[in-house]
This record gives sequence, C-alpha cells and structure tokens, in this order.
Amino acid sequence: MNYRIGRTASILALLIMPALRAGEGPFFITYTHQMEEPGNLEIATKNLIGRPGSGTRFFGATTELEYGVSGWWTSEFYLDGQATRGEGALFTGYRWENRFRLLPREHWINPVLYVEFENINGADKSLLEVVNRDGVDDLAAPNGEARLEKKREIEAKLILSSYFKGWTIAENFIAEKNVRHAPFEFGYAAGVSRPLALRARPERCNFCPENFQVGAEMYGGLGTHDDFGLKGTSQYLAPTLAWTLASGTAFTVSPSFGLTGTSAGFLLRFGVSYEVAQLGRAARSFFHRAGGAQ
Amino acid sequence: MRRLAKAIGCLALAVAAWAAGGSLLRQAPAKFAERKNPFAGDEQARLAGAKLYAHECAACHGSNGEGIGKAPPLKRTDVIEAPPGALFWVLRNGSLYRGMPSFAHLPQPQRWEIITFLQETKNAAHPGGTDRVE
Repeated sequence: MNYRIGRTASILALLIMPALRAGEGPFFITYTHQMEEPGNLEIATKNLIGRPGSGTRFFGATTELEYGVSGWWTSEFYLDGQATRGEGALFTGYRWENRFRLLPREHWINPVLYVEFENINGADKSLLEVVNRDGVDDLAAPNGEARLEKKREIEAKLILSSYFKGWTIAENFIAEKNVRHAPFEFGYAAGVSRPLALRARPERCNFCPENFQVGAEMYGGLGTHDDFGLKGTSQYLAPTLAWTLASGTAFTVSPSFGLTGTSAGFLLRFGVSYEVAQLGRAARSFFHRAGGAQ
Repeated sequence: MRRLAKAIGCLALAVAAWAAGGSLLRQAPAKFAERKNPFAGDEQARLAGAKLYAHECAACHGSNGEGIGKAPPLKRTDVIEAPPGALFWVLRNGSLYRGMPSFAHLPQPQRWEIITFLQETKNAAHPGGTDRVE
C-alpha cells in the first residue's frame, strides 16, 4: 500500500514539476557540446529494435538520467536491459558517464571530454557506441551464453562540435578499454542536424516547424591500437528525426542502416525524453505543498 | 623579472574583477556589442521570444524575470537598455563557472527573439527594475 502511495506521489511530482525542452537534438550516438543546464534532470529512454541476420529479433532498452552538475559538468547514469524473442528479458548492466566542457566560451569548434565507466554483460544490446570490430555476430549470440561475459570498461571520448547557421555539426572519437585485459578499442561517431525552422512562432504549438529537427549520423568501429582501420568493422548510417512537443517532451526516431558485411542490416532506434527544471527547487516546492495540504 | 611582476599584476586585477562580480554584459567584446537586433520592433518576434523565455529561461530567472536564488533578475534597466549585441554575446557564451549555461544551441534568430522580448516588453514584468549592475 505504502509502495503504491509512494509511486503515485513520484509520478504526480514528475507531472507537476516544471518541464523544459528536453533532448540534445536528434542524435542517439553522437554527442554535441551542449551540456545539461545546472540543476536540471533529464529522464530519457533510448530503445533499439533489431534482428541480427538470420538471428532472433531483440529489443534493447536504456533508461537514462542526466543531471547538470554545473555549467561545465554533466553527469549521466544509465540502466540497460534487453528482451530477445524466445529468450526472455534481462537486465544487462549500468553505465556512469561524465562530460566536461573544456573551454568556457563558445568557439568555432568546442571540445568536451567524456569519461564513462560501464559494467555490463555480453548480452547488452543497447549499442550506444560501436568500437573495434563489434558486429552482427555479437548481437546473435544467445542470451544464456552472452550474459556470462562481463564487460567492465572505461570509455573516453573527445567530443568536438560546432553550431553554424542553424546547423549542428559534431564529431566524436572513442577509445575504450576493458579494465582487466584486452587492447584499446577505437570507434567514432559524427552527425549533422538542423531544425526545420530557425525562427520560433509566437503561438504555443506542437507542430511548429522549429519543434522538428532532422539530421543524420554515421558511426562505426576503427579497430584496436595494434590493428587500427576500417577493415572488418561495422559501419552505420542513420537519418534522425526529433520532435519536441509544446509541453517539452521530446520524441526521437532513427532508422540505422548497416553499410558493411559485419554490420546489422537494419536497426530502429526510438526514444522519449523529459526534462525536469531545477530538480532540487521543484522537489522542495512539491513536498512543501504536499506538507501544507495535509 | 619585470615581465613576471606585470603578469602577476594583470592576473591579480583579473581575479579582483572576477571576485567583484564583473558584469557579464560588460565583458562582451565590442564586435558583438555593436551588433544590431534584426528583430527590433517586431511584435511577432517579441511574442515568440516570450514563448522561448518561458521554455529556456524562466526556470532560473523566474517567469517574470524577477530572478531566483543565484540567477539575477532580468527586469533591470541595465538589461533592458543594454546593447542588444552584448545580450546576444551573453546568451551565446553563458558564464559556465557561475552557473549560466550557454544557449548557443538555439538558432541565432531564436536568441534574438528572446532579446526582443527582454528589451521590448513594457508591462508589470518590466517596470524598469533597479539600477543595480551585477
């Protein structure tokens, strides 16, 4: 009973807390230098549906909590899970990432340093990055077998991005290392996007053109430090679309097309995000009101 | 040795200016401060700016620009009468170490719409405010 009351109160709190425009553009893989605003919390899901070759269809789901620690520091926590047809669903691990903006002012190219620790197992199918020679075979392994593989990895990214005449242009260079063994693995992601309109309309609207952002991203592996290159790697090209409602909730969708023989042929990504403005103040205000009502 | 003393002197001045809370608006380089608002006098832009302000700024600066906590009020004469280009520079860069994020992700026209709203709204929300310069 108490659990139900607590859950209902949490949902109500989220609904009445002030919302902002959520999301950081239409990208699923590529990061830009846009940081979470200090004190704000973004709650998002990033989901993936795919079918590796002749393997079984799967659904990968990631829940993401992103918090703006300061103007130059954003911290993010992820919970990953997946479901595979005929093999059930399982929790596959967690990730904790931190992004640090390196320059205090806006420049032509803006660098951000990204550091992540991930503790996931081999059955993880969120594909939030592609490195080394990750390929369709990894996605086709049965859950019972794949979950036995532990992946405790440190991942670093150099994020470079720019805004130019309404366009967002971003490039990410990825280096990943298993903390126990294995060589450094490399990958990349790059994306461009633009809103359908640069000016905002005066009226509050769901279908205003400025609420839509379109773009494309390309990502893939680059081998390891002793076997660097594109040969045998997975490469993807993905058009993307983001739609932000007047309420601030944002929806994103992106079909990804595999470009090499080792890539999955087709992956469909979709996500929803919602941003709670000034979390601490909103929570205090909510509990103050709740206390006053009693 | 003299160069070192000069460098230390400059650094000390910079730190003192920062500690005294030097106005962000006054930090805008001249080439930005001289820029004109392309939407000055445009009522549609002012209304669009009001919508954008509610989405992007109100959570910190208050729905009426009154300021909340560390976020300063915006219904101040130094904001209303500031060179539009200086406000544009502040929106573009923010002040990351003081908690003001950059809004460079907003397309330029949307930043100018916010500035139009801030400087051209003449109602109870913008009575002229105080003369305090941060």
